Amino acid sequence: MSELITPEFVDLDLDAEDKHAATRRLAELLVAGGRVTDLDGFLADVRAREEQMSTGLPGGIGIPHAKSMHVVTPTLAFGRSPAGVDFGADDGPARLVFLIAAPDGGDSEHLQILAALARRLVSQEFTEALLSAPDAATVAGIVMREVVPS
Amino acid sequence: MKFVAVSSCPTGIAHTYMAAEALEQAARAAGHEITVETQGAGGAKAVSASIIADADAVIFAADIGVRDRERFDGKPVVTVSVKHAISSAPDVITQAERAAREAGASVAAAQGAAGGAGEGAAEDSGGSGTAGLSGASESSGASESSGASGAPEPSGSSPATKVTSGAGVGTRIRQWLMTGVSYMIPFVAAGGILIALSFMIGDYEIVETELSSVVEDFNPLSSTSWAALFYHVGSSAFGFLVPILAGFIAFAIADRPGLAPGIVGGALAMSVEAGFLGGIAAGFIGGFLALWISRIPVGKALRGVMPVVVTPLLATAVTGLIMLVLLGGPLSAAADGLEEWLNGLTGANLILLGALLGLMMAFDMGGPVNKVAYTFATTGLAGAATAADSTNLTIMAAVMAAGMTPPLGLALATVVRKRLFTPAERENGRAAWLLGASFITEGAIPFAAADPLRVIPSLMVGSAATGSLVMGIGNTLRAPHGGIWVTGLIGQPVLYVLAIAAGAAVTAACVIVLKSLRRAPDEASPATPATTATASAPATTTGSATASA
Repeated sequence: MSELITPEFVDLDLDAEDKHAATRRLAELLVAGGRVTDLDGFLADVRAREEQMSTGLPGGIGIPHAKSMHVVTPTLAFGRSPAGVDFGADDGPARLVFLIAAPDGGDSEHLQILAALARRLVSQEFTEALLSAPDAATVAGIVMREVVPS
Repeated sequence: MKFVAVSSCPTGIAHTYMAAEALEQAARAAGHEITVETQGAGGAKAVSASIIADADAVIFAADIGVRDRERFDGKPVVTVSVKHAISSAPDVITQAERAAREAGASVAAAQGAAGGAGEGAAEDSGGSGTAGLSGASESSGASESSGASGAPEPSGSSPATKVTSGAGVGTRIRQWLMTGVSYMIPFVAAGGILIALSFMIGDYEIVETELSSVVEDFNPLSSTSWAALFYHVGSSAFGFLVPILAGFIAFAIADRPGLAPGIVGGALAMSVEAGFLGGIAAGFIGGFLALWISRIPVGKALRGVMPVVVTPLLATAVTGLIMLVLLGGPLSAAADGLEEWLNGLTGANLILLGALLGLMMAFDMGGPVNKVAYTFATTGLAGAATAADSTNLTIMAAVMAAGMTPPLGLALATVVRKRLFTPAERENGRAAWLLGASFITEGAIPFAAADPLRVIPSLMVGSAATGSLVMGIGNTLRAPHGGIWVTGLIGQPVLYVLAIAAGAAVTAACVIVLKSLRRAPDEASPATPATTATASAPATTTGSATASA
């Protein structure tokens, strides 16, 4: 099974004017890495999810995500935005953006890794480690170490 | 304590698990055990029946329907949005603690007091719960619950159907009423305060201002313009009280298909002047019709259009028929009869007449009985061309005082015995001071609708006391409304205020006694009767659907 995240899916200097632009930037990384087959199709799915309810969470986190037929394998793209991107959280813009791509009808082994990831997202240590990680390889390392399916 | 939780969200890959983790951490931190069923895309591993049986309370952190929710029937439930569970998990755990304790308390109360209790309250673990708010993500932020003590309520609706097997009838009815009330309260507060403001900055004749004058001649520098604006906006908000109450009672019963019949039935209750009691009836009628119709087995072809077309259509039509023909006709005849009888009482003992008018004013607050009493007084006022005709002026004074007492008495009760009221009711209690002082009796409706059997008699006793006191003192009033803002038109205003205060104290005392009787004696700190209050404000989706009444 391919890795949930690799350094090529990390953007530590995510500079985007809004959440759609930020999502697009990260999704482009997934397309380049062969994890997503159709950029616009995938973005439409993410957007549909986002419109149901914004995915911003307290503590400066945004988690745009979708189950999409354009996703090959469950993958996380991670962006860190020094300026912040508004994902609709009450307490302000998101500095950490987790774009979670899940294949449509993925088997449960696939989905378990995403469930484990989601559970780590509520951990402050986890997000703080990501916030202070010096480079993309460190980010990918933290995620791979911390996210272990139960 | 032991809790069970279900988390679910639209996509089922992120929030579901984040909420589960957050709840687990918060429960552990508070020293509780929790088992979370994550109903995510990966399928749910169902919690076992024995874990559910052992649980003290259930938490639904769900933005979409909870699968197999009937497994949890009868347990005290706290419902929150999945996001709220993530961002404020400790609060949610606190709510669950409260719901569990409260349920325990009401079981104790039911067992202890047994005697006259209704069939429902005893074994169903009373507690709180969310009445049918699961269906729609936009509604899921509001968590309802109740606990305001369970007795069989008058409602004319059929008792438990199959789905209600878990909880007793009393509990269910209370949950339905509380759902309606919680959505109605913002309208009471907004409308009532605006109308009070209009009396404050205008004078009582502001009600004569035409709406068209606001539209065409609004002058931002004129206080009269502002008063007229506030009055009309406030009145519009009040037009929604009964439809929203009825609509969300029906929503609680039948979910979304109940909304149209409930709201329309409520609007029709206004048209036939059936007041909020008519609205409660409309909510139950519309809700149960929608529920029954939605359960009729239909072919696959029809199934898709049932909830959006067929069920609302049929349920609304039949609710309308019942409200207008079966209820409206007899009600109007009864009101006429009551009016005639009241007019025939001329020459009766004035103090008894005051008490009677007080009883009528407080019985249904804007409903038919209240209207008969109020019209009796204003007709007399219009006839009292000369100041010499002081009896009619005194009757007007008594009626207004008796109409001011209910909100004031309840506001007083919420301050004196906070624990007997839900947080939403306590908020409403704050507005009720101003509403009562302004003779806006509707300020008491949320309390009365939530717990009619205990609140309405209390209001009647207090208003009867005030009514007879005013008649005995012989206060006079030359305006048909306005509350304390027309003090200049009241004879012996100091005694008048004392009469109102006395009645309010009587009302507060009665409510506190009646509500306390139903509670466990040892319930000391916990059990404020609600786990209400959470994430998002209610009723973001309803406004546009309502007919003008």
